[in-house]
Amino acid sequence: MALKGADILKSLPKTNCKECGFPTCFAFAMKIATGGAKLDQCPHINPESKAELEALLAPPMKLVTIGTGDKAMVIGEEEVLFRHEKSFFRETAIAILLSDDEEPGVIDEKLRKIQGFHFERIGQKLNVNLVAVSHDSQDKGKYTSLVKKAMEFTDMPLLLVSCETEALLEAAALCARRRPLVYPITKENVGAALPKLKELKLPVGVWAKSLEELAGVTAQLQAEGIEEMVLDPGSKNMLEAVRDQTLIRRSALKKGFRPLGYPTMAFPCFMYSDKFKEALAAAACIAKYAGIVVLNQVDERFLLPVLVQRFNIYTDPRRPMTVEEKAYEILNPDENSPILISTNYALDYFIVSGAIEEAGIPAYLAIKNTDGLGVLAAWTSGKFNGEAIAEFIKKFGIENKVKHRKLIIPGVARKLKGELEEELPGWEIILGPQEASEIPKFLAEKWSV
Amino acid sequence: MSYEPPLEKYTVSIREVAWGPAAKLKKIGGENTLPFHYFEGALPNPAGLAMEILDVRPESWSPIVLEPFEDVVSDPVRWARKCIDVYGAEALCLRLVSTDPMGMNKSAGEAAEMAKKVADAAGVPLIVWGTEAEEKDAEVLVEVAKACSGGNLLLGPVVKGNYPDVSKAALEHGHAIVAQASMDANLTKELNIALCKSFPPDRIVVDPTSSALGYGFEYTYSIIERIKQFGLFDKDKMMLMPILADVAADCWRAKEAKESKEQGILWEAITGISFLLAGANLLVVRHPESYRLIREMIMEC
Ligand code: SF4
Repeated sequence: MALKGADILKSLPKTNCKECGFPTCFAFAMKIATGGAKLDQCPHINPESKAELEALLAPPMKLVTIGTGDKAMVIGEEEVLFRHEKSFFRETAIAILLSDDEEPGVIDEKLRKIQGFHFERIGQKLNVNLVAVSHDSQDKGKYTSLVKKAMEFTDMPLLLVSCETEALLEAAALCARRRPLVYPITKENVGAALPKLKELKLPVGVWAKSLEELAGVTAQLQAEGIEEMVLDPGSKNMLEAVRDQTLIRRSALKKGFRPLGYPTMAFPCFMYSDKFKEALAAAACIAKYAGIVVLNQVDERFLLPVLVQRFNIYTDPRRPMTVEEKAYEILNPDENSPILISTNYALDYFIVSGAIEEAGIPAYLAIKNTDGLGVLAAWTSGKFNGEAIAEFIKKFGIENKVKHRKLIIPGVARKLKGELEEELPGWEIILGPQEASEIPKFLAEKWSV
Repeated sequence: MSYEPPLEKYTVSIREVAWGPAAKLKKIGGENTLPFHYFEGALPNPAGLAMEILDVRPESWSPIVLEPFEDVVSDPVRWARKCIDVYGAEALCLRLVSTDPMGMNKSAGEAAEMAKKVADAAGVPLIVWGTEAEEKDAEVLVEVAKACSGGNLLLGPVVKGNYPDVSKAALEHGHAIVAQASMDANLTKELNIALCKSFPPDRIVVDPTSSALGYGFEYTYSIIERIKQFGLFDKDKMMLMPILADVAADCWRAKEAKESKEQGILWEAITGISFLLAGANLLVVRHPESYRLIREMIMEC
């Protein structure tokens, strides 16, 4: 909920002394409202009004940092409810759950996998982000040693989970320098936990059975100087998660309701014992606002689809996704393989490269930088016309990769054929199919050297 | 701490489209709120789920998704029955692949005969889908409309280039249609406006064209959200049609889906459930397991 210039003006001295660099207090207020000036620029504002205004001007959802160093996970400060309104900014952190009730062998295996995880897909790294260490045994010693083990084995940020407040706080102290998220702090244990939480200054995961109760606990923590919190509304299935997450995000962004102005977390691992449903719930929570999603599995066949979905949801819709300009080698092409050319609009690249793979025919896919414009738009703007493409073909030495002189161009770019025939004498320019889905058939039937 | 949950009410509803034989009439749409927002509005009809079948033996399907149908793929009628009897399909989508002018190029008459057979044997709501070759589809869908007269099918894709013929036949013979416009909310609206001059708006489902996880997913996701919001938030009457997301073919074309059964099922199920969360009212899926998972996830609550 943005503050209006007129509201800000009320707290300014209204003397129009110009010391802030603006002609009037009002002009200054308007600039502040749009983020173009800082309150500090006015030397005359009284400290109380300044503090009040600063609180009002702060982003409606807090930023929370879990962990330290390269692998620290930063969540929060989201600005919209729907990605098309602007973008979602800070990817949901995926946490993998370890329990002190699990067999040591299972734990070791999970830790090894977590630390070793590394998916790469079209130049994008896809990773899990947190290790959730859960206290389910009755044995505090066992929990402490699992926390230690997790610290030793991985350099990832930790999420400490224990309903035994004492054990939780001890574990928190133990790994405080790793800046773990401490969970759950509730209506029941907040009083007992507060002194230690204030001392440790760690981010706090708050659980409550209703949003109202959640707001009560965060207000209490905030009053004691705890700033970084992550909210768990205790959703028990996908639909409850959609409801709770939506209401929290709306309360924060549309109503400016500070007690719920924090990133959130969800536990698909406790919602479903079926691994498939757990993954589906995770995807739903990613689409619907969760800042952290906790999963109980390390099987990459289940994680990869979730990680790709997260990547897609968090792609900035304001910037067309692009891929690097170069000649991509698909299925190990050789000197007799076809060359297809397309734009660096990521969707074009994915679809065409997918179609070539489907065809099972090795090929070069020459990707020309068009600043993310698709074929027709890029042609119109001169980024994908005969001249530009001829230059690109030469610059990348594509002619040295093959013995033939045939170039397959997108079927929608009919006019390009003539242009290229002029610009690339000696080359046969072949108009490809209109639809990428027809590429397999096209290559199978039409390609020969 | 006093807290009032910020509920939102909208004054319009998504149109309700009812399709299928009278005994198994399937309604989709009808909600006056965002997807799954049971806490602040009414969603009288859960999303529809159709299982895909082809009129010819699939050529390029991954073994992972061919396996559940291996014994029936050469016979569309048995295939349809297996989907219903064994996998619990409540609706089907028959693709008339044999009519592809670049492929077998079977005649509209032959295809219509097959559609009629399948419709009769299935007895559930049926989508009949062409090959997205606009001219041929017009011929084929018109023949199907006639052959299955009164069958209340959902015929598609109906596009800018062929809508007058197909919508006329659909209206005459009592079918609903899927209006398809590619990835652009304005084109969806334009086509709806054109159609509604002679076709009832509550017999139209829109298809903004779908995509798979990792292959354009985010475009489809946002276009579905936007179409729904133009309708619900802006009360645009031409944007209140229920939305189709046909994820089957795109998902199973992804190389990741072919790598393992688990990954394939999730590729499809996550794509599908995400589009339902964005606002789709009807999904077409291929694998019986993704079908079951999506259904259980959306029904349980
Ligand atoms: S410095 Fe402060 S008092 Fe002076 S004009 Fe600017 S806002 Fe007004």
